[in-house]
Amino acid sequence: MSLETPLHKVRGMGSSHSGVSHFWRQRVTAAALVPLAIWFAVSVLGLIGAHEAATLAFLSQPLNAILMAAFVVILLFHMTLGIQVVIDDYVHGNASKLLLMLAMRGFSIAAGAVSIFALLRIAGPL
Amino acid sequence: MADTPHPAHRARPLSPHLGVYRWPITMATSIVHRATGLALSAGTILLCWWLMAIASGPEAFNQFTALATTPLGEVILFGFVWSLAYHLLNGIRHLAWDLGYGFAVPTANRSGIVVIVSSIVLAIAAFALAYSGHGGYYQ
Repeated sequence: MSLETPLHKVRGMGSSHSGVSHFWRQRVTAAALVPLAIWFAVSVLGLIGAHEAATLAFLSQPLNAILMAAFVVILLFHMTLGIQVVIDDYVHGNASKLLLMLAMRGFSIAAGAVSIFALLRIAGPL
Repeated sequence: MADTPHPAHRARPLSPHLGVYRWPITMATSIVHRATGLALSAGTILLCWWLMAIASGPEAFNQFTALATTPLGEVILFGFVWSLAYHLLNGIRHLAWDLGYGFAVPTANRSGIVVIVSSIVLAIAAFALAYSGHGGYYQ
């Protein structure tokens, strides 16, 4: 039996000071990525050997553009959470850890920006 | 006293590291899950490149396709496809564990083998579909 009150327990949110939010986000993004990854695989297989015009036509359909945007954004979110754990596990110096975390998040944001820009350009003016 | 090393300089017992373990299936699948996750992270560069190539017109698109169909390009693509299949299937296995299913050691070993075999079968099937001309159904 613990003598701590529930309020005391929840205030610090454990040794990570973030409670279970990282764990939970990793699972929710994973669950969302299951159908999106299957859609992505079926789509890419369907575009094998396609010329530029056919690929452009496929991705400029609103539903496909939206699904691809969702896939890329959730994928990068899931990736950021995953690599954060790898860095936490293997990198111990404070400075190198900070630099790697910033580089990884910078990469993730850049990849997201590039992909969304590309998708906007593909989908064209509405 | 002089020939007794200071306690701080004596060889201390080390905790066992990776090299001393057998590789049980569950350990191997866990390590490969992380490795494929990192490989797929690198693969996001290919995804961005592909999307930018589609957005930039026929010349950029053909350049991407030409590079993707070189031997090295196909090896990288096969690695990407297998990593995606493995990470997806093993990810579903992890989600089942999170829901409390499949924890018994024989079950976890069996699901591990199922994931390894099916990921290889799926990756080969995807390439077989492509090579036999059965891909490209959206053209």
